[in-house]
Amino acid sequence: MSKKLYVARSPRIAARMLGEEMLVMAGQGSTLFTLNPTATVLWQAADGATPLDEIVERRICSEFEVKPEEALRDAEALAEDLAKHGILLISEEPIASHSIPSQSVANKSRVQEQQQP
Amino acid sequence: MREMSDRALRLGVPLSVQLDLTYRCNEQCVHCYLDHDDHGEMTTVEIKHLLKEMAEAGVFILTLSGGEIFMRKDFFEILEYARALTFCIKLKTNAVLIREAQAARLRDLGVESIQVSIYSHRPEVHDAITKVPGSLRRSINAIRFLKSQGLKVIIANVLMTENMQDYHGVRALADELGTESTLDPTVTPMMDGGRSTLDLNAGESALRTLFREETFVGDVDEFCALPPAPDENSMESLPCSAGHTACYVSPYGEFYPCVQFPLSCGNVRQQRFIDIWRNSEQLKEVRSIRLRDLSSCSQCAHGSTCTRCPGLAFMEGNMRGPSTADCEKSFARTGIPSANLLAKKQNPSVPRLVQIQLVPAITGSRLSHMGASANALGA
Repeated sequence: MSKKLYVARSPRIAARMLGEEMLVMAGQGSTLFTLNPTATVLWQAADGATPLDEIVERRICSEFEVKPEEALRDAEALAEDLAKHGILLISEEPIASHSIPSQSVANKSRVQEQQQP
Repeated sequence: MREMSDRALRLGVPLSVQLDLTYRCNEQCVHCYLDHDDHGEMTTVEIKHLLKEMAEAGVFILTLSGGEIFMRKDFFEILEYARALTFCIKLKTNAVLIREAQAARLRDLGVESIQVSIYSHRPEVHDAITKVPGSLRRSINAIRFLKSQGLKVIIANVLMTENMQDYHGVRALADELGTESTLDPTVTPMMDGGRSTLDLNAGESALRTLFREETFVGDVDEFCALPPAPDENSMESLPCSAGHTACYVSPYGEFYPCVQFPLSCGNVRQQRFIDIWRNSEQLKEVRSIRLRDLSSCSQCAHGSTCTRCPGLAFMEGNMRGPSTADCEKSFARTGIPSANLLAKKQNPSVPRLVQIQLVPAITGSRLSHMGASANALGA
């Protein structure tokens, strides 16, 4: 793809970190997804303002050992897949921030492994 | 879902919470277990603070219930805040205050599902249960508004003497409206320990009939099969999610293992949600209980298949004891009396019920701190 792509978290989804995984419930279909670490990073960085290629360069390539071109190709496919399930919004223009849910609490709720009695 | 619950259990995360926003209600259902007076509900600020604490603790599924949630004038403010914290929201309501505008707002806020209480397809029966003329018509209109917005609606029915002929009609109504439906065959005691509602239970004969209807239970032979003898695995099994991955918070901030388990574990007005979840001695006790620890149930033929509710057992006087309502269900399914029913037959007595009492005001808005006392009614 030659044009810049912008991605934003859908306002219709519910999300929470459970251990190291991100749980996402997509809107009214009540379908539950578990995002892998790469998808979690993409979802967390999807603020509607940062282009996808910048997210890939700054967040994905820095955290995972992968070449930028390959990472961008995979990220585009992943973003489209997440958009198909209503988890992400994709646009060729920046996406207004008022429609994007906060991800700070969803991230904070990482919990330490705690043994039940 | 199972995998998610297992993981939450392993991590010690309160995955699912029911928060009752109010006990006030615009219906006065004959079987309701609540005192509808306002004894000092949490304010909007207190609820928002609690929601933030719950999100930070890892709560994912948040059920907002009551009373009637729409009796709170700040309901949408609370809901909007909860959605901004990315909870998966389920609502329980009688829906009589929902019109087109409210339904559209619920859709915009991305609510996962709305459970609406419907007790009969016949107005004369439903309205007699709610004691509000016209309530069935208004609830059905609301369901149509909600469905027109593409929302998921679940009709929730409770089987009782007043409506035991009508559950097929309610199921047909759900089909017509395009909703899911559930049928709860148990009327529970009042939260204050009162037993008057128990007279409304439909009885063993009605349960036996219901449990042999394929449309409600699926494979009847499997559902009503004789229970296998409890093995080592079932002896180590947990009774249910109450206190393990789920809990309940009342409008007054009281923290219980479940809405049906009025064992006070703390109050979120005085302690952080996560501190109660992690450190409450009461919760630790609930979490320690396995089937092998249950005095009567560990010896019972139904041990491995029983739906025993630890909260109802607690209300009978002993959280390690049997829940007679579930013994009756096991008997209706299989024709085999439970160890508890056999013992009762040999030594009949009035069941003990835990009395939940209002304690004196602490200060100001802490007026209605509810605490479970050890007082018991009956023998």
